[in-house]
Amino acid sequence: MENMNALEFENVSFAYEEGGFHIDKLNFSVAEGELVAVLGHNGSGKSTLARLSNGILTADSGTVRVFGEPLGQKNLYEIRRRVGVVFQNPDNQNVASVVEDDVAFGAENIGLAREEIGRRIDFALSAVGMGSFRNATVARLSGGQKQRIAIAGVLALRPDIMILDESTAMLDPRGRREIVDVVLRLNREEKMTVLMITHYPEEALLCDRAIVMNRGEIVMQGTPAEIFGRHEELLTYNLDLPRIGKLCKTLQEGGMSVRDTLDIQILADDIAKELTCGS
Amino acid sequence: MRIVAEHLTYTYNEGTPFAARALDDVTLTIEEGEFFGILGHTGSGKSTFVQHLNGLIRLPSSQKHPKKRRAKRGEVLPPAPVLRVGEFDLTDRKTDFTALRKKVGIVFQYPEQQLFAETVKDDVAFGLKSFADKKSQPSAEEIERAVREALTAVGLSYEEVAEKSPFDLSGGQKRRAAIAGVIVTKPEVLILDEPAAGLDPLGKKEVARLLHSLHETWCKTVIIVSHDMDEIAENCTMSAVFEDGRVKYVLPPRELFKHADELLGMGLDIPLVAKLCRELSARGIEIDCDLTADGFVKAVLAKRGQA
Repeated sequence: MENMNALEFENVSFAYEEGGFHIDKLNFSVAEGELVAVLGHNGSGKSTLARLSNGILTADSGTVRVFGEPLGQKNLYEIRRRVGVVFQNPDNQNVASVVEDDVAFGAENIGLAREEIGRRIDFALSAVGMGSFRNATVARLSGGQKQRIAIAGVLALRPDIMILDESTAMLDPRGRREIVDVVLRLNREEKMTVLMITHYPEEALLCDRAIVMNRGEIVMQGTPAEIFGRHEELLTYNLDLPRIGKLCKTLQEGGMSVRDTLDIQILADDIAKELTCGS
Repeated sequence: MRIVAEHLTYTYNEGTPFAARALDDVTLTIEEGEFFGILGHTGSGKSTFVQHLNGLIRLPSSQKHPKKRRAKRGEVLPPAPVLRVGEFDLTDRKTDFTALRKKVGIVFQYPEQQLFAETVKDDVAFGLKSFADKKSQPSAEEIERAVREALTAVGLSYEEVAEKSPFDLSGGQKRRAAIAGVIVTKPEVLILDEPAAGLDPLGKKEVARLLHSLHETWCKTVIIVSHDMDEIAENCTMSAVFEDGRVKYVLPPRELFKHADELLGMGLDIPLVAKLCRELSARGIEIDCDLTADGFVKAVLAKRGQA
């Protein structure tokens, strides 16, 4: 089969018992090998989307498909192995006190052979650049390192899709860069399909495609540059432009002819042109 | 309250194989009325420093009375540490730390994780009650008035949330409620560790607005610990950079970010406007501004007017 969708939602509906927003007949798909950003303000349904994707939440109606296979009770554990989720807080995800035990946890649970687990640990730790930390104490690692261990634990299961649910939100800039680098490399070199839920426009800009959620609906879709080009629309969904986009707008309001851009070089060129041509 | 720290040194797990020097001869003064930003990356000592300011970390006893120790021949004793917050001398073990903590409030990272009571009202009142004297507990009316004021100050409606469980609030509301629980004792100095971390862009903007309104009406001095250089440039009147337990710079943001190369070399970022000024400078254009977005636009437009 060509152009198979890694993840597909068909008329998926879901409502929380306690009310709030609900997801009504949601349709969307992620192609194999794609890197997709999911944007939306707090409470827009981004995490619900992630949790529906691997059966942590069960849809009230409709079908979730992972590589064509509908998610159901029978294949729930197989799907969870194939769709790995990395959450926000590293401290909630690390289970063991030594790095290699922590990474092995998921692989042990699916009953892999000992030698195979060893190989998986090697692969996963080197994939996240933590190869030399195999025997380190998890509690003594930095936030970014802990989060990379959490990713390694997911990778040890050899998933086909990885979902990052604001996995960089609690990290400092350095930790954030570490995680983004790992994710980009996995996507490019290992062809991993990635769904990246994030508040950081800079992270969304690195993705192939971005979708915007609002009250359980997908309200915008396109390349990140396109999405951030639709400023007024973003504002209606309680989202904002990246700082640099906003700066372009304010300069334009002041009568400068600068392009809408998210690239600091282009903006500097435009300002320089404006300031020198008149003199 | 003026904060004066001199020669502050602190080591975690001193005397064990895990000993780690967190502060190394830190000298820093924070004037009353400042909106002060503390930056530096993880492990630079910034959190250790702010935890000293309300006595969560006490100066170790070996240093408490260094004057009493006589220098051996040829030995130079390290200078005695000084730590004063307003009228409180934190190197003195007789200091009333409860009184100090009423005046210096700390809001930790993700303060909403510390909510615990059954109602928002009880949660906010907790600090007020526990800091009060055993003999003169505040009356129910006094508590209600203080809680109402604190909730209003953080932009929550008392009528709407007081009887609710704090766990039924939205993310942004929870954070506000948690901040209300700290400001309820009317601290003069409010310290916040990464106040906007993990919020969406709108939530970040709201937190910044909230801190400015608290700074104007409630707490004389606001200190934020942050990784977000734009947050520092947009909000702070003064800033300090920590690296490896030492204070590298104490400068207003507009001066600080002139040291862009050094900051980048330390693995820190610089604000967007500072980056643009650098790019423009490389193109032969010097923009002199205060590194806020508004300041930059004004400076650029003024420059165009001259051209």
